[in-house]
This record gives sequence, structure tokens and C-alpha cells, in this order.
Amino acid sequence: MRNFKAVLKRELKSYFESPVAYVFIVIFLLATSGCTFFISRFFENRIATLEPFFIWHPWLYLFLVPAVGMRLWSEERKSGTIELLFTLPITLWEALAGKFVAAWLFIGIALVLTFPMVLTVAYLGSPDYGIILSSYLGSFMLAGGFLAVTCLFSAMTKNQVISFVISVVACFAMLMLGVGVFTDFLNRYLPVWLSDAISAFSFFTHYQGFQRGLIDSRDLVYFISVIVFMLAANALVLERKKAE
Amino acid sequence: MIAVQSLTRHFGSIKAVDNISFTVGKGEILGFLGPNGAGKSTTMKMITTFLPPTSGTATVGGFDVIAQPLEARAKIGYLPESSPSYRDMNVFDFLMFAAEVRGYDGDERLNRVKKIMETCNLKEVAYQQIDTLSKGFRQRVGFAQAFLHDPEYLILDEPTDGLDPNQKQEVRNLIKQMGREKCIILSTHILEEVEAVCSRAIIIGEGKIVADGSPEELRSRSKLHGAITLELIGVEAKDALAGLEKVQFVDRVTDLTPSAAEGGAEKNGKKVIRLRLYPMSGKSIAHETASFIHQKNWQVDGFTVEKGDLNEVFYSLTKGGVAR
Repeated sequence: MRNFKAVLKRELKSYFESPVAYVFIVIFLLATSGCTFFISRFFENRIATLEPFFIWHPWLYLFLVPAVGMRLWSEERKSGTIELLFTLPITLWEALAGKFVAAWLFIGIALVLTFPMVLTVAYLGSPDYGIILSSYLGSFMLAGGFLAVTCLFSAMTKNQVISFVISVVACFAMLMLGVGVFTDFLNRYLPVWLSDAISAFSFFTHYQGFQRGLIDSRDLVYFISVIVFMLAANALVLERKKAE
Repeated sequence: MIAVQSLTRHFGSIKAVDNISFTVGKGEILGFLGPNGAGKSTTMKMITTFLPPTSGTATVGGFDVIAQPLEARAKIGYLPESSPSYRDMNVFDFLMFAAEVRGYDGDERLNRVKKIMETCNLKEVAYQQIDTLSKGFRQRVGFAQAFLHDPEYLILDEPTDGLDPNQKQEVRNLIKQMGREKCIILSTHILEEVEAVCSRAIIIGEGKIVADGSPEELRSRSKLHGAITLELIGVEAKDALAGLEKVQFVDRVTDLTPSAAEGGAEKNGKKVIRLRLYPMSGKSIAHETASFIHQKNWQVDGFTVEKGDLNEVFYSLTKGGVAR
């Protein structure tokens, strides 16, 4: 546990010691509010809801989360610090979980900094705070899912650009499985039970539950099991590739 | 004690390390010698538990590197090749991280880090980002990280690589000083380093141990070992060669005198010749040669008994040639 904490602290600190953190946070805040106000026309809707804010998160995370996570393992492998890390008395899982949770918390911090959106909507009307809370939770879980996918691909290559591109593509696939256009297309060719099963694997489907104000244990279990599965795959990849 | 038992590692079809066994005890400084790609780093990576062996194993202080990697790691201080460190951190934070993971808390952690920064002369750069440091300082950061917990076993992969001569000397002194109470394995391809620092050397070539002994023992395998280099003034080379070849136990004599084209050799207007006498296997020829020269009343300008050349042994062992 102490090693997990040590890795987490070191990792989180390193975000804030490089420009990555500030660039990410600024871009994230600009992009979320920009989309909310200018594309979803938040004011003109005249509805006290943050739906036009949360609806953009999957699409912004698609690029921003891989940008945060791409360096997690590829940089360690490229610079050789992985040799240092895994000859210290730390288990693979302590290192893995420490790094993952640090990046996740970092995204969480960026997410918390969107609080002026909540203040705005509270000032203008009387929103349903339950929905806002569950939406934030959903957004955080979604970020965790994207991040776990990125972590896995980051361990597969020493090149951060490759790690970024592949992660974006994989996250896009995980998202699209449940998006209307794609499920309609599947429905035309596949039996309904099969296309439903496929869309049940999508980040999008499970994210939507939270947007309706529902904290369904199935959605939570879905995200947590995706994260655990991806991290387990990550551990296997690291075992095999760390010394290359 | 570090005990390595038939350690083998394949990369695809290449045998990087092929059935290596040796033991190193406390107070020993073992130099790992070999050309690039001979398997030095791979062996070290297996001893430090970073790389799982294909077969065989090693124990560090009684802990098996495969079955009890965490216990083994706790006993080892390791400086990986080109001493990687988290470049975006400053020196102090980086060492504090290492100390935390090594199990130190509170004041003890701080004191450890302060002490090691003093030992490794890092105080002046404590709050500088590692990325901005020179190679020499980065190497010291690597050392500090490896020595932090005062480990019984030190494994140093090319510790003096990329340092200037003064820094090299500094590092060698540090290693020698530590070697008294620790067990150290270091790899290098600098032969003087082995002679200067190590109590024992293992030469590996193509993944196998080709020689194992003290630097003196290894040097004595050189063809040059026991040979005599002689400089004579005012003697005809022909006469000297003919005479010296008949001295007891002398195997052969070669003429090393620089030719006229190379400038020749003269002293006070008289010609100087330089000869090298090789002894028969296992014999000493110093006494016989000296008395022969005395008898002839030749004027001697130089008389050196060669100790042997580690470079030559290294070359012949790792190039497939045969050392004596």
C-alpha cells in the first residue's frame, strides 16, 4: 500500500511539474465550455440542465485522455526508468495501480475544475443536483475506461505517438459500438439480441445511464470491470515487454 | 553472497547468456568484462530480478530471484546502464521517492537522503531538475539511488561510462571504499578499471564465461607475461639477437627497434636497439638474461620485465583466439 501511494504521489507530482498538466486542464476547460455554449447553445435552450455540457465529454475524452495516458508506460520504457522501477522492491500491481490512479485522479482534478458550470446553471435556474452528481460520476468512470485502454496500448510501444494514435482508435471503437448510427447499421444485418449485446459493450451505452440521473450498479460494474480487465492485460504486456 | 546457477537467457534464437554460474562473496569486487553484446547487462538484469531467466536461477543473500524477487531487490542496490532516472523530477524529490519505496519514513527518510546527497556530492544541485544536469551529475544521482539503503549487494552496470577522468577516479575510489564490507559486481569494458578496482574478474564472450580469476592471474595468461624488453646502446642488432637467443629458457627474440624510416633511435650519437625476449612457457628469464648481458659487457639503457597485458588476454579470449 505504501508503495502504491509512493508511485501515485510521484506520478501525480510529475504531471504538475511539467507543462502537460496546465495545457491539458486549460484545453479541457476551454473545450468543454466552448462546446456547451457555442455548439449546444446552452443559453438559448433556456433549460437549467447540464446535459449540453456532459454530452460532449465522450468526444473530448476521446483525444484528451489518450494524451494524458500515452506516456504512462511508453516513456518509462523509452527512458529506461522502468528498469529502475521494477528493481525497486515494488510489485507490478503496485506500480500499475499507482500510475493508473494518478492519471485518473489528474483527470478528476480537471473535471472538478469545471465547477463554474454548476454555479452558472444554479444561478440561472434550479437544476436537479442528483442528475448533475450522477453525471459527474459517469464522466469520471468514462474517463477511467478510456484511461485503462490507453494504459494498455502505452505499455505496448516505446513510441508515444503510436501509443496515442492506437489508443484513440481503440477508444473510438469502444465508444462507437453503442452510438445510434452504428447500432442502427448493426440492427439491419444482425439479429437484435446480437446487436444489443454488442452495444452493451460500449462506453457510450453505459455513460448514458448516468446522464439520466441513474446510478445503476450494472453501469458501475461495467466500467470497473473494463478497467480491471484492461489493467490485467496491461500487467501481462508489461511482464513480457518490460525488458525489450 | 550472490550465487548464480546455470543462468541462461534466450532472445528468440539468440543465446544472450548461456549457462553461466559463479558466486561472489562479501568483500569481493567482481569485474564483469566483455565486448559489447557479450551478455554482461543481460546477466545483471537477471540477478536484479528485472529480466526472468529462460532457465537457471540466482540467489542474492539467500533469496531466489525468481521465487522471492521483492526480498532480493530489497538487498540490492542497482545502477542500470546509463543510469536512468525520472528526468522531470529534481534530485531531492527523486531520492525521496526512492527512500520512500525503500521503506523509510519521516525523519529517517529525510536524513538518509541528506546523507547520501553529501556522500555523492549532490547538495549543490539538490533542487535542480535532473534533466538539466550534466552526465556526471546524473551518474551520481544514479549512485545515490543505488547506495541510499546501504545495501549489502551492489550491482553496477558500467558505472564510469561517460565520465571524465577525474570523475572516473572519484567513482573508483568510492567503489573500492564500499567494497570492503559489501559484495559488488560491476561491468565495464575498460580494462584499466578492472585492474584498478576489482579483486576478481570474469570475462564473458558470446554469453559464456571464458575466464575467471584475479586481474593478475588473467594478465599472466598473456603471451607477454614474463617477457623482457631490453634497450642496448652501441650493440649490433645481429650480434645481440644471435647471442640472446641462446640464453637458457629464452623461446625467441624479436627486434623492436624503430626503423630508420620511423626516425630510428639514437642516444649520444650511438645507435640504440630495442629487443623483446619471450620466455619458454612458465619460465623466468630475467636472471639468465641479466648475467648474459653482464658477461658481454653491453651497455644497457632499459630492462623491463613485462607483467602481461590484459588487453591482449581480453582480445584473444573474446575473439576466439587462444591465450596461453
